[in-house]
Amino acid sequence: MPETYLLRINGESRSVTLEGATPLLYVLRNDCGLKGAKFGCGLGQCGACTVILDGNAIRSCRFPVRAAVGHQIRTLEGLGTSAAPHPLQQAFIAEQAMQCGYCINGMIMAASALLERNRSPSEPEIRAALAGNLCRCGSHNRILRAIQRAAREMS
Amino acid sequence: MALEMTRRELISVATGIVVYFSLDPYVARAADESERLPPMLAANPQLDAWIRVDPVGTVSIFSGRVELGQGNLTALAQIAAEELDVAFARICMIPVDTARSPNEGVTAGSNSMQAGGAALRDAAAQARAILIATAAARLGVMPADLAVNDGTIREGDNTRQITYWQIAAEATLARDATPPITPKAGNLYRIVGHDAPRLDIPDKAMGRAAFVQDLQLPDMLHGRVVRPPSYDAQLLALDESAVKALPGVVALVRDGRFLGVVAKREEQAIAARDALINAAQWRVPDSLPAKGSVYAYLQARPDIQVMTVSETAGAGPAISRRITATYRKPYLAHASLGPSCAVAGVMDGVLTVWSHTQGPYPLRGDLARALGLAVEKVRVIHSQGAGCYGHNGADDAALDAALLSLAVGGRVVRLQWMRDDEFAFEPFSSAMSMTARAGLAADGTIVDWQYDLWSCTFNMRPGGRDGVNLLAAWHREEPLRPATPREIPLPAGGGDRNAVPTYRFANQKIVDHFIPDMPLRVSALRTLGGFGNVFATESMMDEAASAANIDPIEFRLRHLEDPRAKGVLTAAAHTAGWMPGAKGDGVHGRGVAFCRYETTKCYVALIADCVVDRANGLVRVTRVVAAADAGQIINPDGLKNQIEGGIIQAASWTLKEQVQFDATRITSRDWASYPILTFNEVPEVDVVLIDHPDLPPLGAGEASSAPVAAAIANAIFHATGVRLRELPFTPSRVKQALT
Repeated sequence: MPETYLLRINGESRSVTLEGATPLLYVLRNDCGLKGAKFGCGLGQCGACTVILDGNAIRSCRFPVRAAVGHQIRTLEGLGTSAAPHPLQQAFIAEQAMQCGYCINGMIMAASALLERNRSPSEPEIRAALAGNLCRCGSHNRILRAIQRAAREMS
Repeated sequence: MALEMTRRELISVATGIVVYFSLDPYVARAADESERLPPMLAANPQLDAWIRVDPVGTVSIFSGRVELGQGNLTALAQIAAEELDVAFARICMIPVDTARSPNEGVTAGSNSMQAGGAALRDAAAQARAILIATAAARLGVMPADLAVNDGTIREGDNTRQITYWQIAAEATLARDATPPITPKAGNLYRIVGHDAPRLDIPDKAMGRAAFVQDLQLPDMLHGRVVRPPSYDAQLLALDESAVKALPGVVALVRDGRFLGVVAKREEQAIAARDALINAAQWRVPDSLPAKGSVYAYLQARPDIQVMTVSETAGAGPAISRRITATYRKPYLAHASLGPSCAVAGVMDGVLTVWSHTQGPYPLRGDLARALGLAVEKVRVIHSQGAGCYGHNGADDAALDAALLSLAVGGRVVRLQWMRDDEFAFEPFSSAMSMTARAGLAADGTIVDWQYDLWSCTFNMRPGGRDGVNLLAAWHREEPLRPATPREIPLPAGGGDRNAVPTYRFANQKIVDHFIPDMPLRVSALRTLGGFGNVFATESMMDEAASAANIDPIEFRLRHLEDPRAKGVLTAAAHTAGWMPGAKGDGVHGRGVAFCRYETTKCYVALIADCVVDRANGLVRVTRVVAAADAGQIINPDGLKNQIEGGIIQAASWTLKEQVQFDATRITSRDWASYPILTFNEVPEVDVVLIDHPDLPPLGAGEASSAPVAAAIANAIFHATGVRLRELPFTPSRVKQALT
């Protein structure tokens, strides 16, 4: 049965009424209009749906909305604004670090979670943090450079 | 002719350079051949089909090319801005809409700059001439006395000025292009040839809606499809009641063996799909060639068409040695990161479909035929999807969405495939076998080259002549047939793309064994047959070089005449620090490969470094150096991005990828059963671009993928002395070869 859940998304409160097992991804995209996170596989294998929950990168395609209650959810839209993009967003633009960009939400969000806990990650640490995020276009090296650039900007 | 003179005089006034025309190859071309328009402009001659000058100070460009994540719209915007003499920021690229845009067919084959750019450049040059003629009439001066800077037209002495935006209404572009016009010369370029930031990247980095997947229309419903478990499975029974009773379900669609659900919410549609899968019983016949070698199966098809596509016979030195080898490439998936999606609804009596198709017009035609509608009653609007790299599920999803929408009275339905829909039903790139026979003279020169390839078609896109190439059309109660598979003629070629080498051999015979049968669904993936053919050709060149005991780069240079081909090899060797005669150490190795894409497009040479773990057979490609000559470069960083990506994707094909299937069905259904290269495995890539601002741009988007497998195979050989001839180079295969 649908129930009402109170969520904290990008610093704002939001209540939604739906089945508690609904994956957070569809709530963000279809109820909240936050299209940053993408459906890639629905299996937790590709990372396109990554959002941040209390500082940790999670796969929103497999994360039931009821489990998000009481936690801080951050999405790509909540990282920065058009007027003041997050250093990661600036760096991805500066490095032209994508081709199609479908995976980029996951790349930026996984990198954001990494930089939260490690301000100056080594290249192997970045690769390891992103190893579960798939990119089919082959933009990996640009993504690495963008994250390194953002880390420099933020340090 | 008056326009052309005006343009020449104008530029000479504006720049003070008078003599450059005689130095510019475009002028020579104009005199020779361009009495006719670029083909895409000739097909869509009305200038306002391409260009609209907006009174608000922008220029809208209606290209017939679609953005697939390759950055072509940014490069086309550069071409338009350059030719119109307006700032890059003033250009608005309008996505293809069959209600408005020129018809450029399919965006494929690395043709956006070479063909699409040529048409847009010419259209823009003509529009500029019309704007100037209008301004001249308004100001009462000769057009030749005017110069343009960012859309502001000034008299030579700068006393009076008028802008494009002021005369937009009067300078009508509702007229046909009139040949000939001489576009701006390369040495005057200020926008083309310089890095331009991709127009689509900021939205994607900020999380703004950018994809068809992100489209949300009022009262939109959500759809999912349930495919048969295999290509030819037959539906025996379906318990509809279990599905219809689920929360949010608006409709269950059953039309033959096409099954789908429409629900109010997306997760409800997914739950209904799961229930529908459980509610359906199928008969699943054994029909796939799972036993034994798929290559042997394909080569044994009875209806193979054997075509000699190139044959030269000349006098050469006697053959002292022959080498023969057979190479194999498996079925590969596009494996787009975003499952295919479309949004469809009936609006004002017109079925309107938003799709990430590569060919909005061919899709419209196939949709109309599949649905029995007049083509005017179907409108396709391009909206970006995840990178497709060829013909994936995009077009099929468009028909799926249309069928679901029509089942709910034309309401707007957003349909997205699930991950297993994409893997199990996308059209793959055909498995191929290639046999190369090289005859070497005593000095090591190849004097005889015999080459045979076996492949299914690489072109089952919508727009076929005698059928409908959309998946659901084959599954409905009254099924339609797919088009008859056909080989694509050279020089582009299909299975035989790049089968004819750029090297000069005294005798050569290239035979294409075209297999019309398609046990697995196949169509276009980046490079089509080029990946298999360049793997075979460039591996054999290496085998021959080794047999002749000649350095592999030196060996290739000896067989090349085209200085630009030699140029990319030399540039790659220089950048990589190639050491002729250097030996592999059993673990580390370095390999080279070259191709001129489609034999007429971009030149690419690659040097790959690899490390082979002899204990487990794992090959790591650590670095790839690429040198590319794509003629005139429009957006250098955009080109680099394409070259880098093409190398990494093809390295993934080479090391990991192979579509798995059993006797009944495709068993690669997710990223675990179809793994691709990850962050811990991708090579560094260094790209050297050789720019020719005064030469035409050459198609380059896919070019770097073709030589990757051979460069890696040659590196593994260099490291270990072991020659791998069957893709992919998985650890088990490598380990087996090493022992």
